[in-house]
Amino acid sequence: MSQGSKIVIKDFSFYYDSVQALQNIGLDIQPKQIFTVFGPARSGKTTLLKSLNRLTDLIFGTSHTGTILLDGMDIYDPELSLTQLRRRIGIVFDLPIPLPMSIFDNVAYGPKLSGTNRRNRLNEIVEKALRSAVLWEEVKDRLHTSALRLSGGQQQRLCIARILALEPEVLLLDEPCSGLDPISTASIEETLRKLKEEYTIILVPHNIQQASRVADRAGFFLNGELIETGPVFQIFTRPKDKRTEDYVTGKFG
Amino acid sequence: MAALSTIAVMILILFQILREGLPVLNLHFFLNSPKNMGREGGIFSTIIGTFALTGVAILVGAPLGVGTAIFLREYTRESKISRIIRFGTDCLAGVPSIIFGLFGFVFFVIRLNMGWSILSGGLTLAAMILPTIISTSEESIRAIPPSYREVSYSLGGTKWQTITRVILPSALPGIFTGILLSVGRSIGETAAVILTAGSSLVMPTSLVSPIRTMAVHFYILAREGISKDMAYGTGATLILLVLIINMIAQWLIGRYIRHRT
Repeated sequence: MSQGSKIVIKDFSFYYDSVQALQNIGLDIQPKQIFTVFGPARSGKTTLLKSLNRLTDLIFGTSHTGTILLDGMDIYDPELSLTQLRRRIGIVFDLPIPLPMSIFDNVAYGPKLSGTNRRNRLNEIVEKALRSAVLWEEVKDRLHTSALRLSGGQQQRLCIARILALEPEVLLLDEPCSGLDPISTASIEETLRKLKEEYTIILVPHNIQQASRVADRAGFFLNGELIETGPVFQIFTRPKDKRTEDYVTGKFG
Repeated sequence: MAALSTIAVMILILFQILREGLPVLNLHFFLNSPKNMGREGGIFSTIIGTFALTGVAILVGAPLGVGTAIFLREYTRESKISRIIRFGTDCLAGVPSIIFGLFGFVFFVIRLNMGWSILSGGLTLAAMILPTIISTSEESIRAIPPSYREVSYSLGGTKWQTITRVILPSALPGIFTGILLSVGRSIGETAAVILTAGSSLVMPTSLVSPIRTMAVHFYILAREGISKDMAYGTGATLILLVLIINMIAQWLIGRYIRHRT
């Protein structure tokens, strides 16, 4: 199964000081699929996502054991360029956080960091990214106004566009629709279905319904443990583990 | 009531100075240097002296202060070192300006042999305004949501890129306010300036020339009873200058904030 996997997580545990947030996780993520990581609050979903592009490094006092491989390469290899890793594995947070600059500058932020400064090239990148995030038509006439003036749903699609401008290989989405209205949610889900054709996506869903609508495979997390994984259809209709079944049917959560 | 009396005091001071000083002001007053110890002529050399001294103070103090604030907020966690630095700046903020003047005199003027000069005075003022710049910069950097940093790192930014492209632009209005306060303090300082930059009325020619600032000029004219008119004229110029600088700065800050939000 690990043949052709985009990401392989082996026996991965993660600690905040002495508190264990993830316990011996083992997981294969296939390319060009949406894998959904679901479970109740504080089950380690966000920690898993942030471990994958090492944003957890920013938090003082964390440690881990086990390995995570991206295309067979250890992401905790000291030789590895952290900025490169974060370009290959992009993340979208649960709340949209536009930087206090124009729409254009938000999307161009990542490419500029890596030294892309030619105006024509940046224009192309920004337009392509905004089109992919299905935001272009709404903002094309006001690219140079502040991103803070966009609506919540637009801001979240802007955050997706900002990541896409880096042309990453993997997209991590941490409840990208929390706090959004159903119409914005539908348009983001539509965006995800399109993006799946090119990207490997790991999604922490807003709710189980969302997971079943967009994902191909799912993994159920509980208290830092991966309880079971499988195709979405099977997990949500015939889970093997009693705890998964209880959660999916709404007995707790 | 308290607010009213604050405004009343401010208006009284302004009114008094401007009523006595405004009649003296004209182009001749601004563009000619003082003659006969300041009884005649204008105040041109003291305007130049004020700008030069304040310029040196800001050019040295601002980068140092902002750098310290960045170090405290972005490069260290709360630790013994950061607490010592913060305690040091707080102490520095409470030191009377005459003590800074004494220090500048002993250290820059005598020890480093810079003499009474723009350089000695500017460096002394830089030390004096450092605490203000550090604390206002630190405060405005602290107010930036941590999520901005996370976003910048998640887009492949290095620490330095994050500081220069996200942190500093967001903190700029606060930093600017701190610099503005410092400009006001530098322009108005007398005690420390007399001891370190001298009170020469000769037009300065280099950074090591001694100078007299407007504030010092005002002080000497009034203290020595040389010319009441000239003293008020200098005072009025001083007040108007500070007002104009503040208005321009507020306008710039407002424009900058509107542009970003």
